[in-house]
Amino acid sequence: MKTLTTRLAIGVAAGLLVSSLASAETLRWARSGDSLTLDPHAQNEGPTHTLAHQIYEPLLHRDMAGQITPALATSWKALDDNPNVWRFQLRKGVKFHDQSAFTAEDVVYSFKRAMKPTSAMKELLTSIKDVRMVDDHTVDFETNGPNPLLINNLTNLFIMDSGWTEKNGAGDPQDVAAGETTFSSQNTNGTGAYVLISRTPDQKTVLKANPNYWGVGQFPLDVSEIVYTPIQSAATRVAALLSGEVDFIQDVPVQDLRRVAGQSGLKVVTAAQNRVIFFGMNVGDSDIESDNVSGKNPFADVRVRRAMNMAINRDAIKKVVMRDQSSPTNVIMPPFVNGWTAELDKVPSVNVAEAKKMMEAAGYGDGFSVTLNCPNDRYINDEAICQAVVGMFGQIGIKVNLDAKPKAQHFPLIKNKTTDFYMLGWGVPTFDSHYIFNFLVHSTTENRGSWNGTRYSNPEIDPKIVALESETDLAKRDAIIAEIWQQVQEDQIYLPVHNQVLNWGMKDGIQFDVQPEDQPHFKYLKM
Amino acid sequence: MLFIILRRLLQAIVVLLLVALVAFTIFRYIGDPVESLLGQEATEADRRALIDRLGLDDPIPVQYLRFVTNALQGDFGVSYRTAEQVSGLIAERLPATLELALVSALFALVVGTLLGIYTAIYRDGFVAHTIMSSSLIGVSLPTFLIGVLLIWVFAVELGWLPSFGRGETVQIGFWSTGFLTASGLKSLILPAITLGLYQMTLIMRLVRAEMLEVLRQDFIRFARARGLPDRVVYFGHALKNTLVPVITVAGLQLGAIVAFAIITETVFQWPGVGLLFVNAVFFVDIPVMSAYLLLVGTVFVVINLIVDLLYLAIDPRIRDGQLRRKAT
Repeated sequence: MKTLTTRLAIGVAAGLLVSSLASAETLRWARSGDSLTLDPHAQNEGPTHTLAHQIYEPLLHRDMAGQITPALATSWKALDDNPNVWRFQLRKGVKFHDQSAFTAEDVVYSFKRAMKPTSAMKELLTSIKDVRMVDDHTVDFETNGPNPLLINNLTNLFIMDSGWTEKNGAGDPQDVAAGETTFSSQNTNGTGAYVLISRTPDQKTVLKANPNYWGVGQFPLDVSEIVYTPIQSAATRVAALLSGEVDFIQDVPVQDLRRVAGQSGLKVVTAAQNRVIFFGMNVGDSDIESDNVSGKNPFADVRVRRAMNMAINRDAIKKVVMRDQSSPTNVIMPPFVNGWTAELDKVPSVNVAEAKKMMEAAGYGDGFSVTLNCPNDRYINDEAICQAVVGMFGQIGIKVNLDAKPKAQHFPLIKNKTTDFYMLGWGVPTFDSHYIFNFLVHSTTENRGSWNGTRYSNPEIDPKIVALESETDLAKRDAIIAEIWQQVQEDQIYLPVHNQVLNWGMKDGIQFDVQPEDQPHFKYLKM
Repeated sequence: MLFIILRRLLQAIVVLLLVALVAFTIFRYIGDPVESLLGQEATEADRRALIDRLGLDDPIPVQYLRFVTNALQGDFGVSYRTAEQVSGLIAERLPATLELALVSALFALVVGTLLGIYTAIYRDGFVAHTIMSSSLIGVSLPTFLIGVLLIWVFAVELGWLPSFGRGETVQIGFWSTGFLTASGLKSLILPAITLGLYQMTLIMRLVRAEMLEVLRQDFIRFARARGLPDRVVYFGHALKNTLVPVITVAGLQLGAIVAFAIITETVFQWPGVGLLFVNAVFFVDIPVMSAYLLLVGTVFVVINLIVDLLYLAIDPRIRDGQLRRKAT
């Protein structure tokens, strides 16, 4: 009984402490999912990175506008005499949360850790041959051949304290697949603007401002405490914002935008998201199973694909299905990505008569039927978009049978190449066209083309995609990118629909831009 | 008596094995856990290595046997989503679900009985009619809608009660309780009503029907004839005789409350095992799903067993074997 009263007393004291802190600027934040682990190298996943970004820091990161900005490094460049080596100057006077100093040793240690087999970040670092410490605040990265994209891959690569990590036996990243929990998956020691105070997974995480943060004075840092609660049900999440129980939510459902924006004291901030939605077709096989044409694959004919592209009424999808929350496009590339042009993005006009003529020319004047696989819990209104295009393709004689499934069943269809017509959404974390080509255009091989469900394989394009990885002459590189895009557009491998729009709901007093990767960095928030 | 208990236990084991088997057969169609475990940049080689390591390529009977063998040793494996021991995860989440279920059951029983008595006594009154017709709402509206409506009225419009979560909890040993803090108690109200509303209307209608039946009996008339006050007649004599079937139904419904807390927990972000299960389904977290289904199976089997034993205690005819069929 005594322990119980003691515990109660502690509980009450903790409660008082929390409420006294609450008089400072506490931000109560909710989104649909929780971080999966505190180990910064164990999962390559959005919500996990979001929480890690508050506690840990990478050498450089994408700020609220999506621009690469120095964090723990102050400058970087490839060496003049050797383009295979990048030299990073590190920030001086930075301390981890446990007050140990941040040095080049920690950077070398963290990268070596993130390249270990159990790391989920290792795929982004495959081009790195070695990481070397030059002096206490200088690090060299040697790559296998010149890599112009190196820094784009480092924006979520967090730096840990070598001493703390070793001392606590967390030298290997948590092996998620083997089901490990490690010291580093439950404890943190970063250099970031916020220190972890307490965490109950899937329930509540509390962070407090780091008084010794190097960026004090450089960033607003108006939030002194963050209380993060995942709320899965969209209606409840919105209700929590409307009732004032939380101050800031991500993932506002489109049907509730007006309700939130219309409430006094609340606002919705909107920006284009780094995610494009499109359809892919099996263009490679000579015959497909899911259609009613025997011995032929209608998708193999580029005229059919162009006719389909012409039949999609993207403006109607935007107005009716998306309630104006999308930006229609004609290219499978979000506008932030290197290689994007307004010309590629320009939406073609809907022309059913012309499309029908092309279908006729291709020998499908009477149309055909085919199955469309669609996710129903992954993208904004995914199933409704599919329903809309079923009608549009019907106008040119293509009878589409819609098969909508949860994402856990949908994505294996694409990866195992067991679908002939599917919906997919794609974000580009490196903000470069190469990422799109490598996964969606390159022929499927051991290391490339893993998401290319179209069976498209162009021996002329594949080497160009690989060449992008080592071309350091940026003008030349951009020219290759433009060439590849031209071919992709001409062959109409994919049918682009639109770029998604991100909505964050928040109290009026908060000034916070929407980050295109859906990654709020709270050190930039003003309130 | 002992024989019956042993036979029951044997049946229970068969039921649980069947639950696990059915679960395992269904999991093939839920999706591919590898997709959610690996990030989008993973290579084919990574995929294959992971499938090998998890043994997902093995035939279903082999996976099933492995699961049963491990489960018998108390090892339910590791969650694919959070990489924590499933037994630990469930133990951590169970108090939240059990507290919610307990409060819901109490709400259903107390309010249901009181309203049932009221509507039986004043069965032609305006209030009784209103209660009876509005109780249809409890039966016919889906749980999530009731939850959202309650949130809308009491959290958003009136601002009296929280819309999500458990509030502050106090840790007593392994048990985290929301009963000891004001915010914990406030957080319980809406989810408990949502979860218990259906059972409440069920019990109310049952009590009312039983009560009307009992009130027609001779001994009630005699009681009145003796000049006993209404209070004694209704609560002392009539109610006592209505409660036997009510308790039976309430016991069985308790299992349903634990098992079907999934929707309520999702709507209110209640950190119990139901929410854990919903997350597991989205992530194709097979170990958590199988353990949860076994847990629910166990809850039902145990409650059925207790109810059967109660029958034995109450009704000597079953004990003597005359009416065994009725018990099973």
